[in-house]
Amino acid sequence: MTVMIEADNLTKHYGNFIGIENINFSVEEGEILGLLGPNGAGKTTCMRILTGFMPPSSGTARISGYDITTESLKARQRIGYLPETVPLYTDMTVSEYLTYMGTLRGMPTANLKERLPEVIETCGLQEYQKSFIANLSKGYRQRVGIGQAILHDPDVLILDEPTIGIDPIQVVETRQLIRSLGGKHTLVLSSHILPEVSMVCDRVIIIHEGQVVAVDTPANLSSHLQRSQRVSATINGPSNEVMPALREIQGVQDVHRDSDNPLAYLIEARLDGDIRESIAQAIVQKGWGLLELQSVEMSLEEIFLELTTTDRESQ
Amino acid sequence: MIRNIIAIAMKEIRSYFGSPMAYVIGAFFVGLTGFFFIDALSVPFPVASVRGFLDRAVVLIMPIWAPIITMRLLAEEQKLGTLELLMTAPVRDSEIVLGKFIASLVIFLGTLSFTIWFVLLLFVFGDPDIMPLLSAYVGFIMYGVAALSVGLLASSLSPNQIVAAVVGFGILVILTISQEAARQVDGVAAVILEELAINSHLEDFLRGVLSTRDFGYYLAIAAVFLFLTIRSLESRRWR
Repeated sequence: MTVMIEADNLTKHYGNFIGIENINFSVEEGEILGLLGPNGAGKTTCMRILTGFMPPSSGTARISGYDITTESLKARQRIGYLPETVPLYTDMTVSEYLTYMGTLRGMPTANLKERLPEVIETCGLQEYQKSFIANLSKGYRQRVGIGQAILHDPDVLILDEPTIGIDPIQVVETRQLIRSLGGKHTLVLSSHILPEVSMVCDRVIIIHEGQVVAVDTPANLSSHLQRSQRVSATINGPSNEVMPALREIQGVQDVHRDSDNPLAYLIEARLDGDIRESIAQAIVQKGWGLLELQSVEMSLEEIFLELTTTDRESQ
Repeated sequence: MIRNIIAIAMKEIRSYFGSPMAYVIGAFFVGLTGFFFIDALSVPFPVASVRGFLDRAVVLIMPIWAPIITMRLLAEEQKLGTLELLMTAPVRDSEIVLGKFIASLVIFLGTLSFTIWFVLLLFVFGDPDIMPLLSAYVGFIMYGVAALSVGLLASSLSPNQIVAAVVGFGILVILTISQEAARQVDGVAAVILEELAINSHLEDFLRGVLSTRDFGYYLAIAAVFLFLTIRSLESRRWR
């Protein structure tokens, strides 16, 4: 595997304000990397530096081995970029716009003619080729934006908040499109929607206040950071007896009632051993009905909250 | 690369002539110069030359018209966010600026070509000297080259087209009144102000005299302002 993107101590200051500080990461060929963080965490700054829109205050980055500051044009040739606000010339038609962008990306005319219908099909824009961009809906504009980014078949694709502001059905389609682009392209995408990143990305970098808080696969992140195991149980029994019975079980730390379902309980337990077995045993002994027993994974939302709050506490 | 410059220029020319504004402004230009043309010939002993209307077109039309042609070119890219796309494409900042400048020049020449009608009228009804006529047009075009580059710098400074037009107009007015200011002072200051004035270099052209000094002035103004425009774009990377 070759490393396609290498960020080395990237730092960007806007006056006294710190945009990002000492960001290090590398992305391998074909990998989909997610940049995750709340608004203003430094995701866009990071991407703007990688794409050569602005230089870092210090540190450097390489795209396919080309330094983004000293070999900017070569690095830029290898990137397809979709900025956060999709930049479109509204007075052009979809195919005019894509042709223009392809030309600027240095595609030979013959190559461009061949590639244009492919990209229009990939992005589902067949019916809108001759439409003026001004008349397209936001979701279709987003597709045109993705179209210009993948048109020249770049090694590296950088997508800033690719699903923001489009309707739920189009979000699903856009995610599928992005997922299908991985493997062929090396992809970096940013998002503040956690399930999206865990669905689409192979690896996640969590950024908070300009610094990397965690780097891992979405699955590892949830397992590593889990301090306790959690189990949801639906038990058919008198609730005033079930609660204390569950609390008595060896290893159980806390039990909560589910506000929606009177029979459901959320049990927190120590990490040693699977608590589900003991719970099942205890319930069967009492003669109650065990309707459901399921271990609950910590969601990325909670991980995120945990990471950023513990980070603040330690400061 | 030439290909990038041409692609950018073609795109701008197409979108300019694709908007109704092009025709409104074109009509205004032809109407005004037509009025100046008639007015210059409505004297007791009219001279068959284009000097009369070009002279006034420069002072009264160009300081407004040139910034109007260029105001959109870089301001709108900033407003739409497409500048981010241009600047992350493998295109040099100088190619962006030159492409835009060439587009503005083509738009300017295209509109100016309507005044060839007045020249035809002169040939039909009079007997004009061809050389002063040509030199007057060359001078007017050189003035355009300088004024458009001033307008382009203004357009790079703000995402607002109106601000861009006003700033361009302001710079051109300062370059115009510096000739008046020259009369208020003496010595070296007067010479500098006189030399700096954008119209004073047109007088010889209109009289039929081509001098390298006047060419040099307009080309220098264009070079300086185009260079500043490139710098202004580059500076966005450092903010």
